[in-house]
Amino acid sequence: MAGNKSSDKKKIPRTKMPEQDPKERIKNFDEVALGYREEDALKESLRCLQCKKPRCIEGCPVGIDIKSFIRLISERKFDEALEKIREKNSLPAICGRVCPQEDQCEKECILGIKDEPVAIGRLERFVADRKLDRDFGSEPNFESNSNSESSGLGKEGSGKGSSIDSLSRVAVIGSGPAGLTCAGELARMGYKVTIFEALHKPGGVLVYGIPEFRLPKRIVEKEIEFVKSLGVEIKVNMVVGKIFTIDDLLNSGYRSVFIATGAGLPYFMNIPGENLNGVYSANEYLTRSNLMKAYLFPEWDTPIKKGKRVAVIGGGNVAMDSARTAKRLGAEHVYLIYRRSEKEMPARIEEVGHAKEEGIEFVLLANPVEIIGKDGWVDKIRCIKMELGEPDESGRRRPIPVKGSEFDIDVDVVVVAIGQGPNPLLTSTVPDLKLKKSGNIEADLETCKTSKKGVFAGGDIVTGAATVILAMGAGKKAARAIDEYIRTGVW
Amino acid sequence: MYRIVKKEKLANDVVRFDVKAPLVSRRAKAGQFVIIRVSEKGERIPLTISDYNTSEGIISLVAMRVGKTTALLSTLNEGDEIIDLVGPLGKESEIGKFGTVVCVGGGVGIAPVMPIAKELKKKENYIISILGARDKDHLILVPEMEKISDELYLCSDDGSIGFHGFVSDFLKELLEEKVLEGREKSNFASSGTKNENINNINNGNINRVIAIGPAPMMYAVSKVTRPYGIKTIVSLNSIMVDGTGMCGTCRVEVGGKTRFVCVDGPEFDGHEVDFDLLLARQKAYHQEERLSMELYEEKCRCGQEKALW
Repeated sequence: MAGNKSSDKKKIPRTKMPEQDPKERIKNFDEVALGYREEDALKESLRCLQCKKPRCIEGCPVGIDIKSFIRLISERKFDEALEKIREKNSLPAICGRVCPQEDQCEKECILGIKDEPVAIGRLERFVADRKLDRDFGSEPNFESNSNSESSGLGKEGSGKGSSIDSLSRVAVIGSGPAGLTCAGELARMGYKVTIFEALHKPGGVLVYGIPEFRLPKRIVEKEIEFVKSLGVEIKVNMVVGKIFTIDDLLNSGYRSVFIATGAGLPYFMNIPGENLNGVYSANEYLTRSNLMKAYLFPEWDTPIKKGKRVAVIGGGNVAMDSARTAKRLGAEHVYLIYRRSEKEMPARIEEVGHAKEEGIEFVLLANPVEIIGKDGWVDKIRCIKMELGEPDESGRRRPIPVKGSEFDIDVDVVVVAIGQGPNPLLTSTVPDLKLKKSGNIEADLETCKTSKKGVFAGGDIVTGAATVILAMGAGKKAARAIDEYIRTGVW
Repeated sequence: MYRIVKKEKLANDVVRFDVKAPLVSRRAKAGQFVIIRVSEKGERIPLTISDYNTSEGIISLVAMRVGKTTALLSTLNEGDEIIDLVGPLGKESEIGKFGTVVCVGGGVGIAPVMPIAKELKKKENYIISILGARDKDHLILVPEMEKISDELYLCSDDGSIGFHGFVSDFLKELLEEKVLEGREKSNFASSGTKNENINNINNGNINRVIAIGPAPMMYAVSKVTRPYGIKTIVSLNSIMVDGTGMCGTCRVEVGGKTRFVCVDGPEFDGHEVDFDLLLARQKAYHQEERLSMELYEEKCRCGQEKALW
C-alpha cells in the first residue's frame, strides 16, 4: 500500500456505505446506514492522499488530526486511530453519524475538487463503533447513573489528576453534546466534574431529539459510558433553576459552572388551529418517540398519535427526522411542507435524500396559514403558495405569498418543525446573566465567558439551534477557558 | 431513586406517599408539582406536591388510581422506590394577604389545595374551605383541612355527607348568601349601579377563590364566580412530558394567548382559561390510556404483574 501513487488513489471510487433498503426500513426504527466493514474502511482509507498541508483538519470544528487517523486505519492500527480521534473528540461514534461532514472536513478534501472527497465521517464511525462493540459489549450498562438525591450537591469528592487541587470542582448544566464534551475535557485535565441533567436520561438532544434510525441510543449510551469512565458524574432529574440556582452551585464548592442547556423551546407558527389535538411541536413528537419510546407503545407506556396522513412543517434536519418518524409509525402519506424550494432547505443533503427514498412527499413553496379541526382534532391544513423574491439577510431568496392561492391538504397529524429557541427556565433565574434579545446567553464565542463571573456557556443556548459538532466545539473551548480561569483566578 | 417512607390510604383508590427527596423538599412551595416515572418503560406524569417537610427532607404526593401509571404507583409500598422524580416544577402560588379566601377542592384536588390554604392561613387570611367528592368515602384530608380552615363545608355528589351536590353549586349558594349579607351590611342595595354594588360587596366579603380539582369542576367554579368578579385561581392538570417547557404538550389558551401549564402555570386566572380546549386536550390519549390500563389489568389477572418490573 505504501507503493500506491496518488494518481492511482484518485481512481478508487468513494466506498459506499451499506444501507437498509428504503422499502424495509420504513417499517422499523433500526439504523439506516449500516457502517463500513473492515474491508470497506481499509479501501476507503487508501484513498487519502496524506496531504502535506491537510486542509480537512481546518474544516473540523474540533480540529481532529484526520490525516493521521486515516493513516492509522490504512495500517490496520484501529485502536490507535481511535485514540488519535479521541485526543480531540470524546464522542466519535456520534460525530461519525451526525456531523455535516459535507460542509466541514470533507468539503476541504483535495480529492473533492475533481472527484468525491474521502469519506472521513464514515471512517470515524468505523473505528469508534469497532471499539465500542468490544469494550462495552452489546448491552449498555446504565446502572451507575447517579439518580439519587441523597448525595445532595455532592460536596465530597477528589480530583482524579494530581496536578490540580482536589477541590477544583466544576458543574456542567445539560448533558447534550456541549455539556458532555466540556465535562470529558475537564475530567481529563483532572477536574472533578458533575453534570446536572433535567431529564431522567443523559444525552440531551442525542437522546430526545435525534431518532434511533439515525443515531442508535445504545451508541449514545456507550459514548456516555466513556465520558463517565473519565470520572464525570452525571446527576439526572435535576432542573437547575428549580432545585437549586447557579449561585447555590458556586456557593457550595463548584469553582465554575458551564451552561449547556441547548435549544429547548419549541417555536409554533401562531396560526389558527395550532392547539388542536394532533398538532405537535417537533420537540414533543420526537421526545415522545425517541426518549419515551412511544413507537413501542403499548410495551412502553407513552403514547403517540399514529397519523395516517401527516404534515410536517419545516425544511431542516428536525423536519426530516419528524417526517421519517411519521412514516415509520405507519403513515400512508407524509407531507413535508416547506415555504422555500428544495435548494434553500437547511437540512443535510443526505437526509433530504433519505427522506425522498422513503417516500416523503415534498410540498415546496407552500406555507401553512390555518389548521382546520373537526371535533377538536386536526382535519385539514390550509396552505398558501409562495414564490421566491430577492435574497434576504440569510442569502436565501425570500418567500412571498401568492395572493388567492390557498389550498387544503387532508391530514390527521401536524408536526411543527420550524425551529427551537433558548428555553428560559434556567436563564430567568440568573438575574446577573446577560442575554441577547433572542433569549440566548451572551457569551464570548472563543472563551464561552458570560457576563457572570465563573459562569461559562456554549452550544445552542448561545448560538441558537445549530449542530452537534459546533456544540462540541464550544464545550471544548469552554473546558480550556475554565481550566485557565480556575488556575489563574483571572476573569 | 426516591424512597417511599410512608404510604397511607386516604380513600378508595387514593393513596398518599411520603417520599424522601431532600433537595426537592428544600425548594418546594405551595402550588408546585413534580414529575415522576415508576417503571423503566414508564411514562412521565405530573403530581402536585401536597405537603413538604424540609427538616425531614420529605415531600407528600397524593395520587388517585386512574390509569396504568397511577395503578402501578399504588402497588408501591413503604421502602419501595420511585425510580424518577424531578421537581419542584411550575410556578408557586401567589400567597398574599387577600382577606377572605374560599378554597375549593374537588376529589384528589383537595391535596394540592391544602398547602396553598396553609400558606394563606399563615398570612392571616380568613379561610373558607369547600371540599367535595363523589361520596363520603372519597372525601380526603378533612381533618387536616379542618385545622387550617376558619369555616369548612363538605359536599358529596350522592349526598352521603354534607351538602348534596357539586362544590360549585354550594359555592353559588354561599356567594348568594354572602352577597345578601353584604347588601344588608353595606346598605348599598338601592343606590349606585349594579357593578359598583358587586365590587363593594366583594371587598367586604370574599376576595379570592382558589379552586383545584377535575377540569369540569374548575370550569363550573369559574362560571359561578365570574358574575361576582371575584378573582378565581385554578390549577390546571394538563398532559405533560418533560415539564420544563420543552415540548408544549401542556399548552392551553389563557386570555387568548397560548401558555404552557408546566412553566407558565400551573395556576391561572380561571376567568381567562379556555376550559373547552383544556378538556379536549386532556382527552387526546383516552383510547391509548384505556388500552394501557386494559393490558395492565389483564396482566395482573394472569398474575404476571411482577414481570412488568
